[in-house]
Amino acid sequence: MSNNRRISFRNPADESFSTKLVLVCLSLVFLGFFLFLPLVVVFVEAFRKGGEAYYEALAEPDAWAAIRLTLTVAAIAVPLNLIFGLAASWAIAKFEFKGKAFLITLIDLPFSISPVISGLVYVLLFGTGSLLGPWLKSYGIEILFAVPGIVLATVFVTFPFVARELIPLMQDQGTGDEEAALSLGASGWQTFWYVTLPNIKWGLLYGVLLCNARAMGEFGAVSVVSGRIRGLTNTMPLHVEILYNEYNMVAAFAVASLLALLALVTLALKTFLELRFGAGNAGGRH
Amino acid sequence: MTASATASKAGWRLKQPSIIPGFGLTLGFSLAYLSLIILIPIAGLLWRTAELGWSGFFAILSDERTIRALYISFGTAFIAALVNVIFGTLLAWVLTRYRFPGRRLIDAMVDLPFALPTAVAGIAFASLYAPNGWIGSLFMPFRIAFTPIGIVIALIFIGLPFVVRTVQPIMEEIDKEVEEAAATLGANRFQTIFNVLLPGLTPAILTGFALAFARGVGEYGSVIFIAGNIPYVSEIAPLLIVIRLEEFNYAGATAIATIMLLISFAMLLVINLIQAWSRKRYGNA
Repeated sequence: MSNNRRISFRNPADESFSTKLVLVCLSLVFLGFFLFLPLVVVFVEAFRKGGEAYYEALAEPDAWAAIRLTLTVAAIAVPLNLIFGLAASWAIAKFEFKGKAFLITLIDLPFSISPVISGLVYVLLFGTGSLLGPWLKSYGIEILFAVPGIVLATVFVTFPFVARELIPLMQDQGTGDEEAALSLGASGWQTFWYVTLPNIKWGLLYGVLLCNARAMGEFGAVSVVSGRIRGLTNTMPLHVEILYNEYNMVAAFAVASLLALLALVTLALKTFLELRFGAGNAGGRH
Repeated sequence: MTASATASKAGWRLKQPSIIPGFGLTLGFSLAYLSLIILIPIAGLLWRTAELGWSGFFAILSDERTIRALYISFGTAFIAALVNVIFGTLLAWVLTRYRFPGRRLIDAMVDLPFALPTAVAGIAFASLYAPNGWIGSLFMPFRIAFTPIGIVIALIFIGLPFVVRTVQPIMEEIDKEVEEAAATLGANRFQTIFNVLLPGLTPAILTGFALAFARGVGEYGSVIFIAGNIPYVSEIAPLLIVIRLEEFNYAGATAIATIMLLISFAMLLVINLIQAWSRKRYGNA
């Protein structure tokens, strides 16, 4: 092998420099058009009329209400799916039982369903023509076109994120550590807190990050159930849509720039976790 | 329903014995939560469709506008997924094989479509590709935004990471010796890549294609801003569902949603079959 290299100009199992250059440039041009420019245009449009206009657009009460609602919804939806993710991955990774593969398929289901349909199912469940609708109305409980509906739609859409991250990670780790802890007299909860959780904490954080990004950015599902009442049931992505349709471009892109920033922070943290701890794709320990 | 079925099955040993506690609690909670959030609402959708009856269901689906919307959704998603297969595989190759400045950054940026809210992507693409936008103005007599081409552009963005992230790990595992062997036996580089490497990558590429396609069919937020939403021309099926809902035409919305749901289940099945086939044939998935 090393002799071979000395004789020939290039490794025969490698491309020539010019081929590499062309392929890299082609990739960069493609990414430029499809990833970088869209990101750049958000910030350029947001600051088109200067920092003052940008600040005003964000300080407006409806924008504030949208930001608060988005944070509230994520603060409910993410912990719910976190608890589910922990429970589901414990059951799936630590035990052998019948129907496991089918259960994993069901958990992945929301990934393959259109967000609009995720919203629609709740409209059909709680809407006026439904079985539950009139009953809820008689008790004065509002789910559709109110915060509970938005939370439900968000939970539906972000359902698999944490579980999906934890299941392969915990399956990789097996049950040896837990069995050792239990045989040394630890209780079930102690085993979970002191043995399992430290093993999965980075994978867990990774899943929560992705879940949160999607929860704050969800548009289709939320738009179906929200009713888009300004200041009340308008999340940030919905607020962006309303402003955009009113041709209020600076304000629309100003709110959008906050969401874009969230995406960039998520990506940065995700990359950090992958490089530092091998969370995510590698599924390695610690 | 599922929970009680589980309880009754416990008698004939649902699970293998284990000293680890918490099986009943965690599985029970998971199934209850899954049923409440996902299964019961979806069952509700299917039930409402069943109420329409076959004739009612087909009457809605044979409506010209519905057929066009489904055709546009599936057609644009298919083209976008094809483009993603080509550029996604190229990108995966460049990222795994070549070392160049900014590679780490680009690798991280590939996930942007996963992290960027769809509405933000939507307005960004609409303003870029609009006739007076940065890119749209370059192509000017030819319009990109507010046509099906605009939809394809948005869906390329949405689907890209699915192809890259399914192909990349398999590419990283390729043993360099295989390529060296091919070269020793007289294959040129082109032959090595297309006859030796590509067959092993095919299952991953197909899975990536199916994932990007499935996501593209259902995509809403990033498309509606750039599509122009002209009925029969650039109106996608998810938007038609929203329009039917706003008209309080629940039956119309339900029927379109059900047919889309059935097709996504079929897609899910295809993805699982590809992966099972790949595991059998290549020992990876």
